[in-house]
Amino acid sequence: MSDFSEIFDVLLLRNYNTRLVVICTFLLGSACGLMGSFLLLRRRSLMGDTLSHATLPGVCIAFFLGVLLGGDGKSLPFLLFGATVTGLLGCVAVLFIRNHSRIKDDTAMGIVLSVFFGAGVVLLTMITKMPQGAAAGLESFIYGKTASMVYSDFKLLVTVTACVLLVTVLLFKEFRLLCFDEAYAAVQGWPTKWLDVVLLALVTTVTVAGLQSVGLILIIAFLIIPAAAARFWTDHLDRMLLGSALIGGVSGWMGASVSALIPDMPAGALIVLVAAGFFVLSLLFGSKRGVLVGWFRQLSLRRNVGRQHLLRALYEILEADRIGSDEIVIRPVPFRQVRGRRTWSDKQLRKYLRQSYHDGLIDTVKKADAILLTEAGLEAAARMTRNHRLWELYLIEYADVAASRVDRDADAVEHILGEKLVALLEAKLIKLHTAKGLAVPASPHPITPGD
Amino acid sequence: MDAVPEHFDPISEKPESAKSLPLVIQDLTVAYHRKPVIWDVDLKIPEGKLVGIVGPNGAGKSTLIKACLNLIQRTSGKISIYGSAYEKARKRVGYVPQRESVDWDFPVSALDVVAMGTYGKLGWFRRVNKRSKALAMQALDRVGLAEYADRQISQLSGGQQQRAFLARALVQDADVYFMDEPFAAVDAATERAIVELLKEFQLRGKTCLVVHHDLATVSQYFDWTVLLNMRVVAAGPTSEVFTQENLHKTYGGKLSLLSEAAEKLAQSL
Repeated sequence: MSDFSEIFDVLLLRNYNTRLVVICTFLLGSACGLMGSFLLLRRRSLMGDTLSHATLPGVCIAFFLGVLLGGDGKSLPFLLFGATVTGLLGCVAVLFIRNHSRIKDDTAMGIVLSVFFGAGVVLLTMITKMPQGAAAGLESFIYGKTASMVYSDFKLLVTVTACVLLVTVLLFKEFRLLCFDEAYAAVQGWPTKWLDVVLLALVTTVTVAGLQSVGLILIIAFLIIPAAAARFWTDHLDRMLLGSALIGGVSGWMGASVSALIPDMPAGALIVLVAAGFFVLSLLFGSKRGVLVGWFRQLSLRRNVGRQHLLRALYEILEADRIGSDEIVIRPVPFRQVRGRRTWSDKQLRKYLRQSYHDGLIDTVKKADAILLTEAGLEAAARMTRNHRLWELYLIEYADVAASRVDRDADAVEHILGEKLVALLEAKLIKLHTAKGLAVPASPHPITPGD
Repeated sequence: MDAVPEHFDPISEKPESAKSLPLVIQDLTVAYHRKPVIWDVDLKIPEGKLVGIVGPNGAGKSTLIKACLNLIQRTSGKISIYGSAYEKARKRVGYVPQRESVDWDFPVSALDVVAMGTYGKLGWFRRVNKRSKALAMQALDRVGLAEYADRQISQLSGGQQQRAFLARALVQDADVYFMDEPFAAVDAATERAIVELLKEFQLRGKTCLVVHHDLATVSQYFDWTVLLNMRVVAAGPTSEVFTQENLHKTYGGKLSLLSEAAEKLAQSL
């Protein structure tokens, strides 16, 4: 069992072995995050999956060849070379099927992915029955095993990450264009096929580099999830790349740390779960496209609309009291009277009242169940009513909307009128009405309870 | 070869060598899955014209453009742009793809998209610099989108997206433009902006080939028309080519409303 000091040892990278593993998975995660973003935007996510599954037969064949040539077959560079060859072969097979038949992309990928993986499983079963095979530990390529990482893995991952970073920085503009609008890129003279090849080569490189630690089944998640998560936070490609690399790196670090604490827990699965955690967080809380941001925006709009309706109703009731062009006098307005102004329920109205009370716009006269506008409330109410009527006048004058209908139409827009639009409205309407008339213009239609 | 009308001979009208012709197509055939989409097309487009490419759905209008731009493989035929093969002339070629051809959710701003027009001149590895951004900003302003420069492109309306595409073509500063349905489903303001831009292109001596759907505006917008339905039915100055008879040939009389509209147009010319 692990106690706290052990946990700290891992998290603070005190142990040489964990330090190595954690740094390696961090690097791998960042590289995957970068390439995954392009894969996602190029809509090639499934291609990455095909590629990774197609590496299995390559690993096995390389092992066979290694044994045939007289070794124990466990030379890692040779195994990874084999993985690369069949991985790319899988991609070529997909392209071939797509280009030379009417079978669609997703079907072609499904076929190739399962056939290659099936072949790999058959070969792997044969290997485990060989005397040299039992100890080879090729199964770790399927689920991943970070514990076996050594210094040479670290060197490999540093090189891979540096390459990915360098190419991304150099070809940022080219990749952006390729992913956004391939046809335009081609017309502009960019060798889109070769750019695609570079992209594929880099994806292959990170996939193969990640085979050992994350495993071929889950490496696709390591590529795609950080990118998808990062997209919730930004609308800029450069920031998305950065965020994706960071989420990938941190997922790798945390996943590997946890797996170092719990014996026999496959690191790949843990890493993916951590990344999935980041994804869910981003989905909910993402500042650009998160679900909660959307809800919150809608909620605050609805709340705003309700409050504006309340204030305008109060203003119009007080307006009806005044004699001539006297100033509006604040008096308590009975709840019933406000309630009758619009089609809102008691509950809704009470909610709006509570909010406005909270914002210092109204006071309540408890005993009489009446509502009293504050000074600030009256000012706000006058402004809202003015916006509403300016918009009404504009609709009547310029959009030829009938006076009897204009209230509803204005209702739909007035809440989102910004200062700029109001100024424009004023400028348009001042030609037809005097400035005084625009202070708070009279309603262009009779105000009836219920509108 | 009844597809080519007799008056079609821009060269004799205005003596020009093939070198100054922005587009010459000879015997072009394109087939998808062994089914020809455009067949035996011959076309010569003189310089400085606004050319409308008109025809029914599935007539191969987009295919024609894409074949000119080497975006799809042609089964046979020869295309030359300013007298040379496409590969050599590509610096002088601009392209405005159909709006639906890209993912508008892509994480880029309107300014980013327009700046893509300068990528060709920037060349390999060089980042988008201040100059490209300034050029892109100018073009955005030119199409009335200056205040939307920093918006993510999905927050633009359809018409604004189309204008962003045109602004991108504008910064590229090509000599011959191929535009795939820029007028499809746009608002009136965008339509006006596009027409204005096309006229400006023409003033600057550029040639524009525009795939167009709305028969009612053909004679108003374009001074040269190509009527296409797998083959070229007619091509030439709009006033000569855009006749009721030719429209009948192009649309096959299968749409009576269209032929009626055509008749009205013929009268108004």
